[in-house]
Amino acid sequence: MTDSTITSKASVLVERGTYQKLLAFASLVALLIGFSIASPNFMQTSNMIAILQATSVNGVLAVAVTLVIITGGIDLSVGTLMTFCAVIAGVVLTFLGMPLLIGVVAAIIAGALCGLCSGTFVAKMKIPPFIATLGMMLILKGLSLVISGTRPIYFNDTPGFHLISRGSLIGEVIPFLPIPNGVLILFLVAALTAYILNRTVLGRYTFALGSNEEAVRLSGVNTDMWKMRIYALAGGICGIGGILIASRLNSAQPSLGLGYELEAIAAVVIGGTSLSGGRGTILGTLIGALIMAVLTNGLRVLSVAQEWQTVVTGAIIILAVYADMVRRNKSA
Amino acid sequence: MTRLVDMKGIEKKFPGVHALKNVQFDLKSGEVHALMGENGAGKSTLMKILSGIYQRDGGELLIGGQEANPVSPREAQALGIGIIHQELSLMNDLTAAQNIFIGREPRRSFGRLDEAALNARTAEIFASMNLDLDPTAVVGDLTIAKQQMIEIAKALSYRSNVLIMDEPTAALNDAEIAELFVIIRRLRDEGVGITYISHKMDELKQIADRVTVMRDGEYVGTVVAADTPLSQIIAMMVGREVKEVPVVAPDLSDAEVSLEVTNLSRGKDIQDVSFSVRKGEILGFAGLMGAGRTEVARAIFGADPRDGGEIRVHGRLVDIRSPADAVNVGIGYLSEDRKHFGLATGMNVRDNIALADMRSFTGMGGILDDDGMAATARNYIDQLGIRTPSEVQEVRLLSGGNQQKVVIAKWLLRDCDVLIFDEPTRGIDVGAKSEIYKLLEVLADQGKTIVVISSELPEIMRLSHRIAVMCEGRLTGILPGGEETTQEDIMHLATQRAAAMQVTGTH
Repeated sequence: MTDSTITSKASVLVERGTYQKLLAFASLVALLIGFSIASPNFMQTSNMIAILQATSVNGVLAVAVTLVIITGGIDLSVGTLMTFCAVIAGVVLTFLGMPLLIGVVAAIIAGALCGLCSGTFVAKMKIPPFIATLGMMLILKGLSLVISGTRPIYFNDTPGFHLISRGSLIGEVIPFLPIPNGVLILFLVAALTAYILNRTVLGRYTFALGSNEEAVRLSGVNTDMWKMRIYALAGGICGIGGILIASRLNSAQPSLGLGYELEAIAAVVIGGTSLSGGRGTILGTLIGALIMAVLTNGLRVLSVAQEWQTVVTGAIIILAVYADMVRRNKSA
Repeated sequence: MTRLVDMKGIEKKFPGVHALKNVQFDLKSGEVHALMGENGAGKSTLMKILSGIYQRDGGELLIGGQEANPVSPREAQALGIGIIHQELSLMNDLTAAQNIFIGREPRRSFGRLDEAALNARTAEIFASMNLDLDPTAVVGDLTIAKQQMIEIAKALSYRSNVLIMDEPTAALNDAEIAELFVIIRRLRDEGVGITYISHKMDELKQIADRVTVMRDGEYVGTVVAADTPLSQIIAMMVGREVKEVPVVAPDLSDAEVSLEVTNLSRGKDIQDVSFSVRKGEILGFAGLMGAGRTEVARAIFGADPRDGGEIRVHGRLVDIRSPADAVNVGIGYLSEDRKHFGLATGMNVRDNIALADMRSFTGMGGILDDDGMAATARNYIDQLGIRTPSEVQEVRLLSGGNQQKVVIAKWLLRDCDVLIFDEPTRGIDVGAKSEIYKLLEVLADQGKTIVVISSELPEIMRLSHRIAVMCEGRLTGILPGGEETTQEDIMHLATQRAAAMQVTGTH
């Protein structure tokens, strides 16, 4: 009894959510140490960069879905929206032969508009976020196939497109640290989103909506409009994700995308964001996305079969959420 | 005095309900005008019309002498109307300052927030209220009383000259209520008009200048608080006189001790609490909020672990580690929060009652005996006088008092003969309260053992055969019930913070 009283006191002292973030960070460090002991190939610069590269797309999607989850909602459409945006970039760049920048902007705008649609379904039509974005997920998957004619669109006519993700600005300045641009973009997106969440009105309402939507509405805030804006922002970030994956594959693969949303949500949850809304951090989500990538990579380095990697990932998600529940019960 | 608000002939209809019929209400500058009535009388609906949450279907609304028609809370705020809702509407994950300025945060360019200005302005408001509170405190970590203060600060920050308070003291202890009244009086003296909705009669005399009474969506009358006896106001509310008879404790010296608790302790919340209750007895637990009464009940019931102490039921030592253990030995706990812990409000009366003991209604292959469940439910509906059109009515459509009766039925069905009631009449109106009291007395007469936890002294005095008083986790005394104990005696023990402890109980 005395022990649990002491721990509950301690967790009150530490700021809310910090515990889970520390736990997630500690797990990440433990995984890194564990894998490097298990295999000498793991802690190589090239392998570390591969992990970061693998994190970039999922990380960006996870940042997007973090916003929606903090409002108390969920976005199942981030995966197929990413693909849809990649296809739009393909249409603009390859079919229409427009300049690179226009393709990129088009993809992000397409993402934001789709997010706005989801937001409208949720805020104006009062469709539960799970259903609204499930519908959106299927609509976008279908549209991607229709627009592309079910075939991949290659970006061979747009030299430089693959550099968006695979080039390395950092590597040009610091040759021994060839961190790909995709990773750089992930960190920029994360930093910007974290700033928006913590320092702007939009971010304040994101937390407020997830905390007590009715109270926000009664305070005279146009909650519908802000919710639509948040979904649109998340959609725009998915557009960036679409550019990243298209650039990495140097093509828009219209059949890709399903399943990405669940990986993104998993990263968010491991990162300590509450699925019931009101609480969450971008840093936690980043750590969550890194944990997933380290796990996949490490198990592969140890030659664990792909099937088993999936099993382990699932178990980790359950463990992470359980750890969070235990902590909350103690502090309650 | 100028009239801030004038409402005449207000009509409001909801599908199937005529919620307000030709209601009038006015509010002057510098007065506290109490709005009284039983639950469902239409007080909250009327105030929601004033504050722009609902729109009226008919009648006249003047704010500051001008015809007004606020169609949103924001418009009402612009007209100087601030409302503090019955259920606190704060965002628990945000700080005090962020809550107060939600919707009109000080901004810089590009939608960036000016957090420093936000906290500074909040600190100013707190200072003007004489409130010692950190603007950056996370609201969810504060006590209900502090959260209430933040609601008031929020309403004030709109420079409201009309403040509507819907049951502001429901969750406050006496010290906090006194603090709130100081703030209300100061606002009144500054010329703010305050509409005060409350069920607590004793507060009227302390705070209200005028009282308007409503009943069943209709205006009954407006009286001056100082000149009107409470019994008359109650009579206006319920349409009949409610008489309070002092409790006469039965002689139970021969009765069996059915629950005995010795040296119960858990951290700082429960410190070495011992007491016993006899068959047929009603033991009241009095004390200020946070005195540890609910904690004692939860520890006995196995809802929280205990550090030490023994519990005997009918003389037999029992080891209760979970609520299921408690139920098996016949202890039932009726939580203060019916909606969260007591009832599945979306289900009907029959299923809620049967939920307690599904096994006895389950036949071969897990098929439920609907007829048996219905018969049992009807039996309890008769026995406890549950007012419901039928046993298949959804529980959420029943009034608070009748919901409470459904919870009682559940526990009776489980064969629990030691029943612990935590705030049994919270949120229940005056008329239904006395019905619940009678029901508890009948149950005690039938040989049940009743423990009642209540923050309302009149309730404790009305019901208890003996009164246990707690302060800061300690049992500071057990007083006899009936006329020989006064509210002052109880308050003396409830505020006895010193280590000195005397148990004056007879059993």
